[in-house]
Amino acid sequence: MQGYIYPNEFELRWGLLIVLYPYLTGLVAGAFILASLARVFNVKEVEPTYRLALLTALAFLIVAPLPLVAHLGHPERSYEIFLTPNRKSAMAMFGFVYAWYLMVVLLLEIWFDYRRDLVLTAREATGPRKWFYYTLTLGATDLSDRALQFDDRVGRWITIIGIPSAFLLHGYVGFIFGSVKANPWWSSVLMPVVFLFSAIVSGIALVMIIYLVATLFRSKKVDMGCADKLASFLFYAIVVDFSLEMLDFIHRLYEAEESIEILSQLIEGRLFVSLIVLQIVLGTLVPLISLGVVSPALSKRSIARIPAEVRRLIYLGCAILVQIGIFSIRWNVVIGGQLFSKSLRGLTAYKAELLGLEGLLVAGVLLVLPFLVLGVLVKILPPWPDTELPASPEA
Amino acid sequence: MPQQVTRLGIAFAVLAIVFVAVRQTLVPDTFGDAGHYRAAAVDSIEAQPLKYAGHEACTMCHRPIADKRSASNHSGVSCEVCHGPAAEHVAAPGNVRPRAPRERGFCPLCHGYNASRPSGFPQIDPVAHNPTVPCMTCHDPHAPEPPVIPGECRACHGQIASTKAVSHHAVLPCLTCHDAPEEHKATPRAVRPGKPSSRDFCGGCHAEGADSPPHIPGVDMATHGEDYLCWQCHYPHHPEAE
Amino acid sequence: MKSDSTAGPNRESPATREAVDRRDFLWEALKASLGVPIALCIVRVPELHGMQEEGDADVERIYGMGIDIRKCIGCGRCAQACKSENDVPDEPYFFNTWVERYVIRTDGEILVDSPNGGIDGFPPIEEEGSTLRTFFVPKLCNHCEEAPCVQVCPVGATFTTDDGAVLVDEEYCIGCGYCVQACPYGARWFDPVKHVARKCTFCYHRLARGKVPACVEVCPTSARLFGEVGHRANPLARFLRFNEIQVLKPHLNTKPKVFYANLDGEVR
Repeated sequence: MQGYIYPNEFELRWGLLIVLYPYLTGLVAGAFILASLARVFNVKEVEPTYRLALLTALAFLIVAPLPLVAHLGHPERSYEIFLTPNRKSAMAMFGFVYAWYLMVVLLLEIWFDYRRDLVLTAREATGPRKWFYYTLTLGATDLSDRALQFDDRVGRWITIIGIPSAFLLHGYVGFIFGSVKANPWWSSVLMPVVFLFSAIVSGIALVMIIYLVATLFRSKKVDMGCADKLASFLFYAIVVDFSLEMLDFIHRLYEAEESIEILSQLIEGRLFVSLIVLQIVLGTLVPLISLGVVSPALSKRSIARIPAEVRRLIYLGCAILVQIGIFSIRWNVVIGGQLFSKSLRGLTAYKAELLGLEGLLVAGVLLVLPFLVLGVLVKILPPWPDTELPASPEA
Repeated sequence: MPQQVTRLGIAFAVLAIVFVAVRQTLVPDTFGDAGHYRAAAVDSIEAQPLKYAGHEACTMCHRPIADKRSASNHSGVSCEVCHGPAAEHVAAPGNVRPRAPRERGFCPLCHGYNASRPSGFPQIDPVAHNPTVPCMTCHDPHAPEPPVIPGECRACHGQIASTKAVSHHAVLPCLTCHDAPEEHKATPRAVRPGKPSSRDFCGGCHAEGADSPPHIPGVDMATHGEDYLCWQCHYPHHPEAE
Repeated sequence: MKSDSTAGPNRESPATREAVDRRDFLWEALKASLGVPIALCIVRVPELHGMQEEGDADVERIYGMGIDIRKCIGCGRCAQACKSENDVPDEPYFFNTWVERYVIRTDGEILVDSPNGGIDGFPPIEEEGSTLRTFFVPKLCNHCEEAPCVQVCPVGATFTTDDGAVLVDEEYCIGCGYCVQACPYGARWFDPVKHVARKCTFCYHRLARGKVPACVEVCPTSARLFGEVGHRANPLARFLRFNEIQVLKPHLNTKPKVFYANLDGEVR
């Protein structure tokens, strides 16, 4: 503690769990937008990641509300948000936006995309497995050409609806923070947009990590065309995201409202490591420069010619750095916004504990959980194309 | 209609019906009666028990002492400020007795000198002001007019006194500049002290050529801030000039 | 206080009424155009109509508080009484109301403190000589007319009563803490035992019995007074008539109903 804080501010109400929540939903939105690239914008190169991205989005979406519910004072009352949502509350709409996105966008799209596979699996399988897959088809077992064409057409339309929905899902999370006028660190009209683009960055990076690692474990050949394309998209997304963040930053500095003094103290002190070092240098600048040089984003054949194996490693390294950077963004928003007093006269302190509900252990579990869910989903709904790339030298 | 649509339609319809049904049963009865909240909550908040009975309740039984207090400088001080929350005492007067603080630490909560308190509010230095004697020995809390008329201004004007004490004017008694009628000490707000009304008063020491020691700064009274009384710019209790 | 049921004069001037109408209109237009409705279909429709009528209903009284900074001696009896009256735990150090001390130095430095909310008094100022001005500021929930905490509560567990008090339904609060974040005044806190948000109620249970809030009852210098905003004769109306009035953080447009007289510009 430093300077003066209002007496009730000695406790930070939103801890590590609330940092996880925007981080996880960001990954959902980002992964979905990547999937939509293949489907709607016909980016053929990223086709191999289409289904993987969808399942990743679903796995993270299933886990995303857990930290929220866990941090509530009365988790057993959380259903009230569906019973009597306060229309004026940004948070009240969470239940509905979440339900919309889960039921209408993700599940439907996955269902239409997988229906043929589900029906075929149900026909081949026996015993309980047969019934399980049959239930998943909801009894719609028509595999005529017309029906399959219908699946494809509807799937495309759902993706088209899905893009604004994904924007809504995460832009809305940004709005939860950006609309708090009491907090000058949060209150910004750019907040939803920054959240959105950082979500896209984190989603692409996540799918890239999962794709590279999964291919390695399945002893398949990485489709470098796909990896290069992902890397280029990651590069573009980082450029937009970083520009927006800098715009926000410069705007604050230039306007220099009454909060500027305490916010400067905050950035120079409590947030120096997580904001300057982790978020900006390691999480943004290093990947940005590496990807710019190595990937074919800036020039068709990339600035530096580097063998595929090394390039792959650099991509993986960049994607991991980006994840650290985006997690730092969420930390800097959620925790950073509570590290100074609303009296603008002092700084509070946050100490993450190891055990306990808000502790590092639970946070770790919640970060691993989506991958376990993804593992199960991949088992049930294999995302790999029927014809894997033959182990031929890549172009 | 394609098979997929009908099947999905059924699934969504079932979900929707379940949702609406659950909602109808779970929304609290009084929710929305007065606004977007549970109207019954107001009743349970209103039912919270009292701790402070309020001075009207005290007056009903303790009329003479209440009248005495009402006529004194403590007229605005409610009984429970000193005696503590007394609702239990009102409910069962014989069983629960309110506290009556007699220790020396209590009165200085209000009357100990603190620079941030408004000047004119009676303040003493608990260390210097008759140490070891309980306040009640000399002061009746229900009629706390000072037994001895304050001999020093600092009893009430602590902030000014301590500021002046470290200033160049430390050696000047208050009455050098202020005329304070005796009545001011007994009825401080009815009879107010005066302050210098002419420039010549300060000029007595600070005019160039005045008969004063060389370390006292002097100014040309004809040209120096001629339209103002001195204290309109300078703070005589802590004059800025070095 | 509660027993007289004559309808009070409507306190809204035509100008504010117009402003409110305009804002409501914008909301309606936004809702219609966005089609937010998917959610709204599910929400019971009568409720919506109920909410739009808010403020137009026969408002009998709107409570408010007046605080005169020049009368506050920083004795902390208000903070103490509030803790007793409302079962606010002594520790950890949460407060419904507390007293701040401001010390403004001649070099422009501003020191603020509130040790234990002012309950145990204030230590002497270091280097008193370099003090330009110094004073106490009692703080509490402002019971804002446009309360951010009510706006953000996802389930309707915190609300504004007909008489303008902002209350928490402790049996309905889910404990999300959004209101704690949304309050610009640090007036809300999270009960470590009940696991719900809590705050000053203007001692609503005392008002219901015709008594003033505990902090007002025990204020020895009448620095605090309680009453109604509006035209009816009451202590607050007089206070508002004879003082230059300031509220805290007016730029946030929360429209507080705790009014300060002789408030310093440095107070936040």
